[in-house]
Amino acid sequence: MDFALNEQQEMMQTLARDFLTGEYTDKVLRAMAGDEKGYTPELWKKLAEMNLLGLSIPEDYGGIGDFLDLIVVLEEMGRACFISPFFSTVVLGASSIIETGSDEQKQKFLPGISEGKTIITLALAEELAKYTPDAIQTKATQQGGDFVISGVKLFVTDAHVSDYLICAAMTGEAENPRERISLFIVDINTPGVSCKSLKTISGDKQAEVTFDNVKVSGDNVLGEIDKGWPYAQKILQKANVARCAEMVGLAQQALNITRDYAKERIAFGHPIGAFQSVQHRCADMLIDIDGSRFATYQAAWRINKGLPAAREVAIAKAWVSQACRRVMNSAHQVHGAIGFTEDHILHYYTKKARASEFSFGGVDYHLEQLSTHS
Amino acid sequence: MDFTFTPEEEAFRKEVAAFLEKEVPQEYREKRLTFFDMSAQHDWIQVHRAMAEKLGAKGWLSRHWPREYGGQDASPFYRLILREELSRYHSPGYDSIGAGIVAPALLLKGSEEQKKQHLPGIASGKVIWCETLSEPGHGSDLASIEVFAREDADCFTINGQKIWTTNGHFADWNALVVRTDREVTPKYRGLTFFLVDMKTPGITVNPVINIAGHHEFNEVFFDDVRVPKENIVGGLNKGFYVVMSLLDYERTSDTAYAVAGTYLEDLAEYARDNNLLNPIMVNRLAQLRADCEVARLLHYRVTWMQSRGTVPNYESAMSKMYGFELLQRVSEFGMELLGQYSQLTGESARVPMYGRIPSCYLRSFGHSLEQGTSEIDRDVIAQRGLGLPRLR
Ligand SMILES: Cc1cc2nc3c(=O)[nH]c(=O)nc-3n(C[C@H](O)[C@H](O)[C@H](O)COP(=O)(O)OP(=O)(O)OC[C@H]3O[C@@H](n4cnc5c(N)ncnc54)[C@H](O)[C@@H]3O)c2cc1C
Repeated sequence: MDFALNEQQEMMQTLARDFLTGEYTDKVLRAMAGDEKGYTPELWKKLAEMNLLGLSIPEDYGGIGDFLDLIVVLEEMGRACFISPFFSTVVLGASSIIETGSDEQKQKFLPGISEGKTIITLALAEELAKYTPDAIQTKATQQGGDFVISGVKLFVTDAHVSDYLICAAMTGEAENPRERISLFIVDINTPGVSCKSLKTISGDKQAEVTFDNVKVSGDNVLGEIDKGWPYAQKILQKANVARCAEMVGLAQQALNITRDYAKERIAFGHPIGAFQSVQHRCADMLIDIDGSRFATYQAAWRINKGLPAAREVAIAKAWVSQACRRVMNSAHQVHGAIGFTEDHILHYYTKKARASEFSFGGVDYHLEQLSTHS
Repeated sequence: MDFTFTPEEEAFRKEVAAFLEKEVPQEYREKRLTFFDMSAQHDWIQVHRAMAEKLGAKGWLSRHWPREYGGQDASPFYRLILREELSRYHSPGYDSIGAGIVAPALLLKGSEEQKKQHLPGIASGKVIWCETLSEPGHGSDLASIEVFAREDADCFTINGQKIWTTNGHFADWNALVVRTDREVTPKYRGLTFFLVDMKTPGITVNPVINIAGHHEFNEVFFDDVRVPKENIVGGLNKGFYVVMSLLDYERTSDTAYAVAGTYLEDLAEYARDNNLLNPIMVNRLAQLRADCEVARLLHYRVTWMQSRGTVPNYESAMSKMYGFELLQRVSEFGMELLGQYSQLTGESARVPMYGRIPSCYLRSFGHSLEQGTSEIDRDVIAQRGLGLPRLR
């Protein structure tokens, strides 16, 4: 048993923390939350220079480190409430290609990602906002060596700045929905692809993407035809654990600023942190954060080792989501009215945590998954 | 024992409902706004004022006041029924500060001249109030406030900054508490309660936007603001006692359980129409309905005490806190029910329920803070309700 980070992970943690503390100030966060693109090319270049965009990509394709290193960095990004297409590109895009791509496809896309030249996202959910194969109604019809894709995808993060979309579509007629899904990588400039941004409470940029008779070649199929769902499940496992890591970071930072505030805010002649009702709240926040971190790292460690992780992922996402909600509620309560204002930084954390919680399945969905794995 | 309303009260409810059916603007009913997200509406202030005057013209805002001040000596259940129906019809128009707390505080502690001057304006719905107690440095610990009023011949001159003044950007009058004695201990003996015309020179009101993006409260700056001595309520340096009774009214004025109940049924209807009622959601909905019923009873108990002439004690803190925290839970239920869709805002066709879900949810963070935090309410319940000893 070992709960500690290793040397490489600690290095990544320090690297990311120092960089984000220096570059991603509250001022930048506010600007990016309101910004249409949600990132600047200069920042993206710096991420590439630090090799952060190559995290978990095999070295042969220009990458560095493994999935656990990526998770460590994502926790730091949560702490900074970092808004950018990093999650879409490195977690969703790169993972999809690593899991499913041929050597040729990996050569084509992965180095571009780690060099900061390519932004990719995943277009999976549809109108039902469910992460099950039966919820995928977008169709890809074979026409000779090509496929023609039609359908509407929802809650696609960063679609508006992406170069490529990974799209899950129905290719077969199989009764079992798990046996009829295929994954495609689609250039966003292909005729028939259009994006409409969805306004949300958080700074995350989400979109509705319509595929209207979008013609792609057979080379764009990721993995095997009709066998895409098991891949999608693996990608979803990584995505969910990655969301957990973000939430751990968000919650940790919310606790840090709450603790600092509880020490300095005076009421009735004492720092409010001296009142037991405030202390107990803060103690519960710490329990929630430690629990969340371990649930997240256990699941991430299993994925990293190639061990079965469905159960641990479901536990992590269901537990961390609820814990993070409790932490945010307490952070607001301890801050009093000042934390209820747009000028205070806290609400960016609260809103981003909600977005992380809901993406790739909420609490009930993951508890349901868990009940089928126990 | 009797858990029903009188036939007269029932008739009043019907009358109010029939009136609101006609008068509430279509857009408000269609969007099913709650009391707490109306302020985001572009025309809210005008509609609020217009509705307040209509309710005033009916005599409904003052029905439970003594006859000599324009009331009908009716039971406080009439106010409760009015507020329940206003919630049910998604109607603005009830000035929860003027009608809800300033009027009862004046009836109890105001001078005869003050009652004559201010009660008619509140009863008619023509004069809207705000209340200014909190400061940047002092919220829960009201006794420590610092904004100072200096005695100056026939008036007091006020200087300093207040904050969180709800409706301060359009209120006509302000119920203000400031320090008039810096030396005295305990500190609460140095506070004085003033009635201040918001048009007095030297008052500056700046918006503070809340996390839901709404403009509800404000910061208020006082720069040599001169207030006549006649505007002191309850006596010099005796403001804390006025505030305490004001806070007791504040805790009973808002019918948060009714807002919660209406919102819950809106959610239930949406869930039913959109096939969202899986067994988990059915269970949660039922639990919240039970909670709403209990919250209603806790509030009815307080109103019943008032109708008997008993002054509620810990009971009002309990009803207020439970009702407001329930509204938070219902708002959270909305988020879970709608899942990923719950984050959507704006005008897109994909946005459920006109974007009310995130609006109610984000606004709900304020419910365990406004009118005294849940921590302070629990202190009141434990200390006044159970007689537990206090540390400070
Ligand atoms: C939506 C909204 C509307 C408002 N409208 C008005 C208004 O119209 N007029 C007005 O004057 N004010 C208004 N307020 C201010 C409100 O009354 C204060 O926010 C509240 O009293 C708490 O004060 P504070 O924000 O300064 O927090 P603080 O008093 O600094 O409290 C911070 C935290 O410490 C806790 N705490 C403090 N003391 C203790 C203790 N002894 N034991 C345990 N815990 C403690 C609190 O519960 C809270 O969690 C409004 C606030 C909100 C959110």
